[in-house]
Amino acid sequence: MALDHSTASEWQKDIFDVLKTHDVQHIVYVPDAGHSIAIRMAEADNAIEAVVLTTEEEGIGYLAGAWLGGQRGALLMQSSGVGNCVNTLALPIYARFPLLMIVTMRGDWAEFNGWQNPMGQATDATLRQMGVMTWRADRPDEVAPLLHGAATMAFNGDSATALLLGQRLIGEKKWTK
Amino acid sequence: MDQVTKGGSLPRREAVATLLAKRDRLAVVTGLGSPSYDVMAAGDNDLNYYLWAAMGSAVTVGLGLAMAQPERPVLVLTGDGEVMMGLGGLATIAVKKPANLTIAVLDNGHFGETGMQESHAGRGIAIDRIAESMGYPRTSRITDMAGVEALRDTIEDRAGLRLAVLKIQPGNEERALPFRDGVHVKNRFRAALGFQPI
Repeated sequence: MALDHSTASEWQKDIFDVLKTHDVQHIVYVPDAGHSIAIRMAEADNAIEAVVLTTEEEGIGYLAGAWLGGQRGALLMQSSGVGNCVNTLALPIYARFPLLMIVTMRGDWAEFNGWQNPMGQATDATLRQMGVMTWRADRPDEVAPLLHGAATMAFNGDSATALLLGQRLIGEKKWTK
Repeated sequence: MDQVTKGGSLPRREAVATLLAKRDRLAVVTGLGSPSYDVMAAGDNDLNYYLWAAMGSAVTVGLGLAMAQPERPVLVLTGDGEVMMGLGGLATIAVKKPANLTIAVLDNGHFGETGMQESHAGRGIAIDRIAESMGYPRTSRITDMAGVEALRDTIEDRAGLRLAVLKIQPGNEERALPFRDGVHVKNRFRAALGFQPI
């Protein structure tokens, strides 16, 4: 069921292109294979500040600071990092900072490593419980329109938003050599 | 090993007031708790952003602001407990090295808001040495008012990322409460930089 590389690279490029369309100037991230192309494009783009984080909640603070300084950004991360962000979400939720999170899912579909399942199964509910609006893409053609929608509502509504990228979209992780 | 020093002798209110006394273009982000009260007591300012939660985030908010506004000097003023909760953020900052960012850590060696329990800094963790090991171009440990004045006189120089630990007396001052309305303070801050509400 793993997607071929050309399809995967297309939707990953779509992510970067939609962020550029929305005038995103900061892409902050904890790496994931599903974000590798967007991260590489961000690091190569002189108009984008690409910032590698040690943990996801740093990105929430960073993007609030960038917004104080008049600029937009997005946080690329994996579902396991949603748990790290919970208390820090008080900042964008209470003070109404735009927040755009793009979250690759684990523990979601055909997961080999059961240790990923608890956080993966709780990701959407946790975000919503904290007041983050969520959308979910499971097909390549859903990524660009859903990200456009989330970005529009983040930056025009001073809202916290997350687009979840399902494991069926990303492809089954192969553990054999 | 350094000798363990629990805080220091600097009076915190006087130290913070001195640090901010000549501010001109400076934007300030404060960590939750006493550093926010100290900055408020020194004088409210449209270019202050006071955090009231999200502990550990003061330095990353300062980083995002410094990266978005490279021509403007940015000061993060926070406590030793707050900065230790976001220790990885110091490394993220070290990777980017914004020249316009100064982090001033008010180190009293205790968790002042919660009953004065001894903190990591109070038990021997030297935050300035952590920053030094991360490659911060400028680090210092300030123990007297002459040191505070020297930092004040270069606070807007934008001459390289800096972290300074101010060894302050343990003990709580009277609270000077800044606005808690994070939306208001955010919009006020942005307006001072010329940005409109959405």
